[in-house]
Amino acid sequence: MTDTTQTVEMKPKRTSARPGTLALLLNNSLATGGLIVLVAICLIALAAPLLPLADPDVTAPVDRLQPVFSDGHLLGTDHLGRDLLSRLIWGTRVSLAVGLSATVIAAFFGSLLGLVAGYAGGRVDTLIMRGIDMVMAFPYILLALAIVAVLGPGLLNALYAIALVNIPFFARNIRGITLGLSRREFVDAARLSGKSPAQILFLEILPNVLPVIVITMSTTVGWMILETAGLSFLGLGAQPPQADLGSMLGEGRKILFTAPHVSVIPGLMIFALVMSINLFGDGVRDVLDPRLRAGSLTRPVARTAVERGDAPVPPPSGKGGVLDVRDMRTEFEIGGSVYKAVGGVDLTLAAGECLGIVGESGSGKSVTAMSIMGLVPTPPGRIAGGAAYLDGEDLFAVSDRRIRKLRGSAVAYVFQDPLSTLHPLFTVGDQLREAIGTHQPLSAAEVKARAIELLSLVRIPNAKERLSAYPHELSGGMRQRVCIAMALANDAKVLIADEPTTALDVTVQSQILTLMNGLRRDRNAAILFITHDFGVVSAICDRVAVMYAGRIVETGRTNEVLASPQHPYTAKLIECVPVLGEPERRLDAIEGRPPVVNNLPDGCAFADRCGRVRPECRSGEIALVISREDRGVRCLYPLNTEGAA
Amino acid sequence: MNELHAGKSGGDTLLDIENVERIFGGGRKLFGGKMPAVHAVQGLTLNVRRGETLGVVGESGCGKSTLARLVVGLDLPTAGTITFDGEDLTALARRNRNALARKVQYVFQDPVASLNPRKTIRTILEAPLKHLTDLDARGRERRLEELLEAVNLAPEFLERYPHEFSGGQAQRIGIARALAAGPELIVLDEPVSALDVSVQAQVLNLLDALKEKFGLTYIFISHDLSVVESVSNRVAVMYFGRMAELGPAKEIFKHPLHPYTDLLMRSAPAPGRHDLLSEDAAAELPDPYNPPPGCAFAARCPRKSDLCLSARPAPDAARGQDENHFAACHHPLPRA
Repeated sequence: MTDTTQTVEMKPKRTSARPGTLALLLNNSLATGGLIVLVAICLIALAAPLLPLADPDVTAPVDRLQPVFSDGHLLGTDHLGRDLLSRLIWGTRVSLAVGLSATVIAAFFGSLLGLVAGYAGGRVDTLIMRGIDMVMAFPYILLALAIVAVLGPGLLNALYAIALVNIPFFARNIRGITLGLSRREFVDAARLSGKSPAQILFLEILPNVLPVIVITMSTTVGWMILETAGLSFLGLGAQPPQADLGSMLGEGRKILFTAPHVSVIPGLMIFALVMSINLFGDGVRDVLDPRLRAGSLTRPVARTAVERGDAPVPPPSGKGGVLDVRDMRTEFEIGGSVYKAVGGVDLTLAAGECLGIVGESGSGKSVTAMSIMGLVPTPPGRIAGGAAYLDGEDLFAVSDRRIRKLRGSAVAYVFQDPLSTLHPLFTVGDQLREAIGTHQPLSAAEVKARAIELLSLVRIPNAKERLSAYPHELSGGMRQRVCIAMALANDAKVLIADEPTTALDVTVQSQILTLMNGLRRDRNAAILFITHDFGVVSAICDRVAVMYAGRIVETGRTNEVLASPQHPYTAKLIECVPVLGEPERRLDAIEGRPPVVNNLPDGCAFADRCGRVRPECRSGEIALVISREDRGVRCLYPLNTEGAA
Repeated sequence: MNELHAGKSGGDTLLDIENVERIFGGGRKLFGGKMPAVHAVQGLTLNVRRGETLGVVGESGCGKSTLARLVVGLDLPTAGTITFDGEDLTALARRNRNALARKVQYVFQDPVASLNPRKTIRTILEAPLKHLTDLDARGRERRLEELLEAVNLAPEFLERYPHEFSGGQAQRIGIARALAAGPELIVLDEPVSALDVSVQAQVLNLLDALKEKFGLTYIFISHDLSVVESVSNRVAVMYFGRMAELGPAKEIFKHPLHPYTDLLMRSAPAPGRHDLLSEDAAAELPDPYNPPPGCAFAARCPRKSDLCLSARPAPDAARGQDENHFAACHHPLPRA
C-alpha cells in the first residue's frame, strides 16, 4: 500500500486550464443521468445475493400471476408463481454479464483483426476484410440464429453468437483508424528506431487506437444486451428456469393481455438499462473524441462577440484611407484564463496600398486579420476593445446583416490553404458564381460571363473550361488563383491575405505575388498581407508592421524597416533568416521563446530575449513612438535612430 | 555516365546511388489491364561523400522525399542500386533493417507528428537505444543524458509528453532520436520548414554543431534555396523525379547551368528584393501519368529547342567549370 501511495504522490500535480475529462462528462446532464441510472442498476444487480430476495426459481402455482404491490411480492409473480422482483434483479445480472462479456469478446477479436488488417495492408487486409464482409452480408439475427442452431440453445452459446456477429463492427472501425495511424510519421520513426512490426502495432499504434475501442464498446454494450434479450426471447438464450430479461419478456408475451405486468416490467428494465448505457456511451464518446472535444459541439456564431465595455470607442485616426483599425483588442477566454491574442493594434490602409504584417506563429497576426470582419470564433473569442473603420463605418458597431453584406464584397479574404477553403464537392464555377451572385443582382448568363472574366483576370488559361473543374483537379497555384478570383468577385476595396503563398512552391509563389501586385495596381484595392517571410514582404508590401506577442512593435516603409530596423526583435528576426547568395553569413538565432499571451510580463514582452534589455524595460507600458510619418517603434532603446549612439 | 562517378575516386564515398528508380502503382488489374504508374524517382545517380552535407532542392512532387525514404530503407527502389559504405543498402534493408538503422537515420519534416502522442520523451528516446544498441539500463540512462545535452534540452523534459513541446523543442527531440544509435548518415527531410524563422536558425545552428561533434554526414532536403545554400557543400537540384543539376553549392548558386535552377533562384523572395521573376500561369508540371518524351522542363523553359522536346538530356549533358558540376540540359546557361 505504501508503495502505491508514494508513486501517486511522486506524480507532479498538473493544474490544467482546460476542464478534465470527468468534469466535461458531468457537464453533460443526459450522460450524467444515464450514468446514475446505470450505476444504480449495476449496484442492485451486483448486490443480488446479499439482498433479502425470494429464490427466483422456486415455483409456487398457488401464488401465480399476483399483481404488482401484492403482499410479499412487490412486483407480483409470474405464471408459475415466481417472485418477479427477484427474477428481475437476477435476470438483469445475467443480461448485464452476457452483454458485457460479449462486448469484451467482440472488441478483443474485432480490434485484433482490424489492427492487423489496417497495419499489414495489401493481401492480408483484403483477405481479412472480405471475410468480415461475408459475415456482414447476413442479417445479424439470422446469423446469430444459425450459430445457435449449430451450437445448440443456451446462454453461453448465445453469448458466442452475439460476440461473433459484432466482430465486424469493431474490425471495420478499428481498421479504418489503424490504416490512418500506420501511415503517420511516428510509425516510420518507430520503424527506424528498430522496433519490430509486432512491437509497432501493439506498443505504438494500439495506445492511440484504445480510446476508439473504448468509445465503440460504450456505444455497443446496449445493443449487445438487446441482442441477448432478443435471442432469449426466441428461447435460444437462457434456458428455463434461469431468469434473463429476454426470456422473462418471452414468457410474459403469452399472457400480455391477462397479466401485462409480467412482460411490461422486464421490458421497462431493458429500456432503462439500454437507454442509460447509450446516453452514457454517447457522453463518453463526446468527451473522448478529440474532434468533438476541441469544441465542435459548441454552436458556431456567425460573428465574433463584441464586448467593448465602458471604455470610449477610439475615433478614426483622421489619416483617411480605406481601412482604419484603432486600438483593436481581441481576447480568448479558455478555461478561466484570458489570452490577449491582440493587445491594441493600430493600422491604416490606403487604397491601392499593400501593408504587410510580419510575425512568428502566435504573434497575433492572423487573429488581427480575422477580427476585422468578425471572423474569430465565439466562444472562446471576443473583441474586447477598439474599433475598425471601413470608409468611416465602425465594423464592430454595425448590424449582423450589414457585416454579412460587407464580407466578400467590400472586404474579402484569401487564406493560406486553398484546398481547405474551396468546397471539394462543387466545381470552381459553382463557387465563383455563388460569390458573385450573393452580392450582385445579375442574371445567370451575366454571372457566368463575370466568372469567366475573373478567371482570366487571375490568368488561368482556358478559363471557360476550368469553370467545370473541381478543386482537386487543379494544382495548388491554380487553386489559390481561384481563391483570389473569388475575393475579387465583387470589387473588394480591401483584400486580407493570410499567408496566401506559404503552402506554395517558390516558382508558384512568385507567380501569385506578381499577380496580386498587378491586381492592386489595376484595381486600386488595398491589401493587408500577412506573412512570416521578410522576402515576401520585400516583394509586395509598401509598408510593414512587425507584430510580437499581440502588439505591433515596429512599423514603417518596407525598405526602411529592412535596411535599418529599430526594434531589437525586428533586427534579430531579419538576421536569423538565411539569405540567398550569402551562404557564409552566420545565422544569429533568437534564444528563448515568445511569452504566452495569457501571462504577459510588465513592460516590454521581448525583454527576456533581448540583448539590450535594461531594468526600465520591465515595467510600465511601453508606447509605440512615432518618429516620422509611417515610422514607429515600441522600444525604449531603439537601434538605428539618429539620436542613439 | 562514368563521369558522374568522378567524385567516387576523388572523395571518400559513403553513399552511392546508381540509376535508382521508384515506380508507384503499375502492375496488372484483375482482367489484365495495366494500372497507371507514376515514376516518383527515375534514373537517379548520385553519391554522398563522407562528412559532407548534400543539399537536395526541388519543388513538391519532384521526388525528393521518395529519395529520402529510399536512402533510409523505409521504401525500396524498383530498379537500380544503393550502396552504403560498400554494402548493398537495399539488400540490407530487406534482410536486417536494424543494421541499416544503426548506420542511417532520418529526421522528419513535422516534428510533432513524428513523436507518438501517447509516449513520454523517455520512452521515445529509449526505443532506438533498446533495439539498436546493446547498452544496459545504466548505459542507456547515461546515453539519454548525453543526447539531451547534445540537443540543449533540460533533463526534466524526459518525463513529458510530445504535446507539451513547441515545434523547435520537438524537432530537437527528433534529432536526438536520430542521433541515439550513433549513425553515420542522417537524412534530414525538410527539418526546419515547419518551424518559425527564429527557431529555424536555432535548429540549423544545432545541426551544424552536431555534425562537427559527431562527424556526421547529412543529406539535407529542402524546398528553401537559401537554407540549402547556407548548410550544403554540394547541391542536387531535382525536377520531376530526375536530377536536373548536381554540383558544388557555390558553383550552382553562382553559375547555374540548368534553366530550372536559375528559375528557382530568381523566384525565391529575399529581403530587399523587388524583382521576382514570374512565369506564365500555364507553367505547370507535366502529367506524371503521361510524361513527355524529352526534357520534362521543356514546356516551361525559355531556352528549349526541338531537340529538348524529342530527346531527354543525359544527367551530365552539360558541364560546369568545376569538374563535379553537371546538369541535364541540352542548352545550358552560359557562364555569366
